[in-house]
Amino acid sequence: MTEWSMLTLVGEDRPGIVAKVTDALYKAGCTLGEASMIRLGGNFTIMMMVSGGVCPRDLEEVLSPVAAALGLRVHLDSVDGGLHRHLTPNVQVRVVGADRAGIVAKVTGALAAVGFNILELESDVAGDRRQPVYIMNIQGYSNATIEALEQAVAGLGADGIAVDVAPVETLIG
Amino acid sequence: MAILDVLTLPDPRLRQASQPVTRFDEELRAFIDDLDETRRVGPAAVGIAAPQVGRFQRIAIVDVSAKKGIASHGFLVLVNPEITHWEGFEIGREGCLSVPDFTGNVIRATRIRLGARDPLGEPVELEMEGFEARAVQHEIDHLDGLLFVDRVVSRRTDLFRRKVYQTGRGPV
Repeated sequence: MTEWSMLTLVGEDRPGIVAKVTDALYKAGCTLGEASMIRLGGNFTIMMMVSGGVCPRDLEEVLSPVAAALGLRVHLDSVDGGLHRHLTPNVQVRVVGADRAGIVAKVTGALAAVGFNILELESDVAGDRRQPVYIMNIQGYSNATIEALEQAVAGLGADGIAVDVAPVETLIG
Repeated sequence: MAILDVLTLPDPRLRQASQPVTRFDEELRAFIDDLDETRRVGPAAVGIAAPQVGRFQRIAIVDVSAKKGIASHGFLVLVNPEITHWEGFEIGREGCLSVPDFTGNVIRATRIRLGARDPLGEPVELEMEGFEARAVQHEIDHLDGLLFVDRVVSRRTDLFRRKVYQTGRGPV
């Protein structure tokens, strides 16, 4: 069984981060698995499954020149995990509200209470500085019906948070 | 009837454009039966296209009637299909018999009109929307050597999408 490490890299965004990091890993004989890479608040963030080659013992050493050159902070965890363990989401939850503390906690708390499993969550602050708007898109898996999930988040409307629960029908063709 | 082998990525044959059907004979109809039997085994596919089983002719089957609560035309065999009108677009999640263990979000037209032939060669005109229209667009892509992975968009994309309706133009 393949041993995977979860590699986290964070630093100020600039062109070439992915190319230089993955080139260093490739030259060190590493294999990449699933990854999430996204710009958040002007930083570029990478979370990536890595195995083989110098992993995990000498991985940080191999990455240290490129991390120093690009100003990236590196974190490494050995993880139990593997490829081909996808869960397909069957529910999408979209949230929009005036940005204020507690939106994520309230929405996800209501969903967790009915056993909703978040597979993916992306959130962003839109609007302008005077009137920021919090926008969140959750994809997850739930055995509860759409009606039960709507019921679970129904009380949030009173807090000025619009929550839309919709089924995700995955088309196989 | 027979269950046919399904080509899967990275098989380059899936990238090949298929040719129009010119002979509407018993051999064609027997193949369509096999193609549908292949669709029905394994993961519940709502559609299948001939090139997915290595026959590079413009033949697709779509049947979304197993999905509850949506409008559909039932079991459809589309030979030489051609979409003549697109309207609206929306994001939906797709997977594919030819792309195991991956699903992704794809933008498709919400409503389409199309012309095709049935297995006897008779012309048919159809108008459809939603899930059924999505399935037909997915299958017709196969006939042009395209897979849904060629059209996957970031999940983040739909945070910024607004519904825009255009008539007489393809999805952007």
